[in-house]
Amino acid sequence: MLSKSNFIILIGVMAGLVIGLGCYTFIYAKGYSYLTDDPSACANCHVMSQQYNGWIKSSHRSVAKCNDCHTPASFVGKYATKASNGFWHSFYFTTGWFPDNIQINERNTKVAEQACQKCHQDIVDAIDGPHQQANKTPCITCHKSVGHME
Amino acid sequence: MSEKQATQRSGNSFRFITIVVGITAVATIGITALLVNIYEHKQEARNPFYRVVELTDTTEASETWGKIFPMQYDDYLRTVDQERTKYGGSEAMPQTPTQADPRSIVAQSRLEEDPRLKTMWAGYAFSKDFRKKRGHAYMLDDQMYTERQIVTHQPGTCLHCHASIYLPYKRLGEGDLIKGFDKMNQLPYFEARKLVTHPVSCIDCHDPNTMQLRVTRPGFLEGIRALKASQGIKDYDVNTMATRQEMRAFVCGQCHVEYYFKGTEKRLTYPWAKGIKIDSIMAYYEEIKFKDWVHAETGAEVLKAQHPEFETWNQGIHARSGVSCADCHMPYKRVGALKISDHNVRSPMLDINRACQTCHKWSEQELKERVEIIQDRTFRLRNLAMDALIALIGDIKKAKEDGKSDTALAVPRNYQRKAQFYLDFVESENSTGFHAPEESARILGESINFTRMGQVAVREVIIK
Repeated sequence: MLSKSNFIILIGVMAGLVIGLGCYTFIYAKGYSYLTDDPSACANCHVMSQQYNGWIKSSHRSVAKCNDCHTPASFVGKYATKASNGFWHSFYFTTGWFPDNIQINERNTKVAEQACQKCHQDIVDAIDGPHQQANKTPCITCHKSVGHME
Repeated sequence: MSEKQATQRSGNSFRFITIVVGITAVATIGITALLVNIYEHKQEARNPFYRVVELTDTTEASETWGKIFPMQYDDYLRTVDQERTKYGGSEAMPQTPTQADPRSIVAQSRLEEDPRLKTMWAGYAFSKDFRKKRGHAYMLDDQMYTERQIVTHQPGTCLHCHASIYLPYKRLGEGDLIKGFDKMNQLPYFEARKLVTHPVSCIDCHDPNTMQLRVTRPGFLEGIRALKASQGIKDYDVNTMATRQEMRAFVCGQCHVEYYFKGTEKRLTYPWAKGIKIDSIMAYYEEIKFKDWVHAETGAEVLKAQHPEFETWNQGIHARSGVSCADCHMPYKRVGALKISDHNVRSPMLDINRACQTCHKWSEQELKERVEIIQDRTFRLRNLAMDALIALIGDIKKAKEDGKSDTALAVPRNYQRKAQFYLDFVESENSTGFHAPEESARILGESINFTRMGQVAVREVIIK
């Protein structure tokens, strides 16, 4: 029978193995890069290479990075969005259950739409006028190439 | 501590250890599986490419090319699939094989679907057998076993587009492509057929050393040179002067075009010396007074238009925006981390996400409906033009039976020739108008107008 101290050692070894393996995987997969603002991190898994290459050639390349348009401005909002997208992107990339021409979902469309107003509030207000409209035309309906063409 | 308590404690800790080991094992399996998955994805990104065989300008079999490019080859093999869209493609129709035609599966007959075609083509082999299109894999067999081969003697020219022809031409011309082309044009079909083995193959569109696209078919080499000359560009060489994006349409334009057999040598020629629009093509045929056959019911010297996809696409908004054939018919797809062109050449309607949604951010359903609205309208207009033409053919036929002279009937017959060619130009084109919606509608409108003028002319002949 195991003594109490041996028992703790056993649990420690097991936990250490899992943590070690987990850390290795995290570093190997460049998991830390997703906590940064570096746009090349978004093309790590080469699914978004086209979007990344498009952004490099776009009008917004020198004023906005991926996170500026695709995550909300607040600290909590930003990391909550990163966590949610990070999980689902990893999930679909691992399973392969996604179309070749990737499509943005509704929540992320809203995030991007609000991002336009972070910088272009004055222009947007002038377009919207004093009346609240129920179905506003999204900015990217006409300006779809400003961030990245693809 | 009693013995019972000790046993219980030992049992408890055993169960506890089992659970801890179990959880650790599951976590380890999960993390390792993820690690391996990430590893595999990273390997995919390395773009593995192994030159396991040597490809030269004499490597004919696609199978050999497929050893180096297995993914493209795998897609290429899939062109055997028979799938329908609303207006295109074909069902796989079972057929009892005979001595003359050993095919057990064919595409359905267009003549049975629309008997008016038999009237339009009366006296021509197409009125005997004309079927829906099938994939590239069938190009050689479907031409060899069509009933048209029985009712008429076709020349070796046909193989220009119904076989992998680059090497057979070179062999026949002893190294000279154009010489081989000239020789084969003059052979009877079944004699020339013995010289070819494969349907369209890698070497027909790709340079074996660089894999760059190249045009190998003399018909297009000469046709595009004549077209460019008409636009003021002298000595155009498509293989050195075209851009990569142009080549992604030109290699398809090697075959998906209007053509005729020139002179007694049956030299394959694309009628583009005056331009590529239908009006320029018609003017060209009028100038050289070319006819495919004499209409059996009216005696008119008429033309058969054949699959002018390249010409029609040229008049559409996609061509104007720089979108090539391959962008929609061979869209990019992801295999691992590689981006390759889908070599299963087929209707974009069978792969809307890859073919359309790269540019058009609408749902697949919406995009499909947009295409079908265009096709429904074109098809309706095509039917109106067809009814009108059949009426004109009936009128001329009657006037002829009433003993009107060839001189008197010359004008109505010429209108039939034009109306028929314009209608056939859209009818034989493989997009039911989609490649250039407005232009297709205009062509059908012109056809209906030619018919109208033809009927007025017949009336004048009868009154006289």
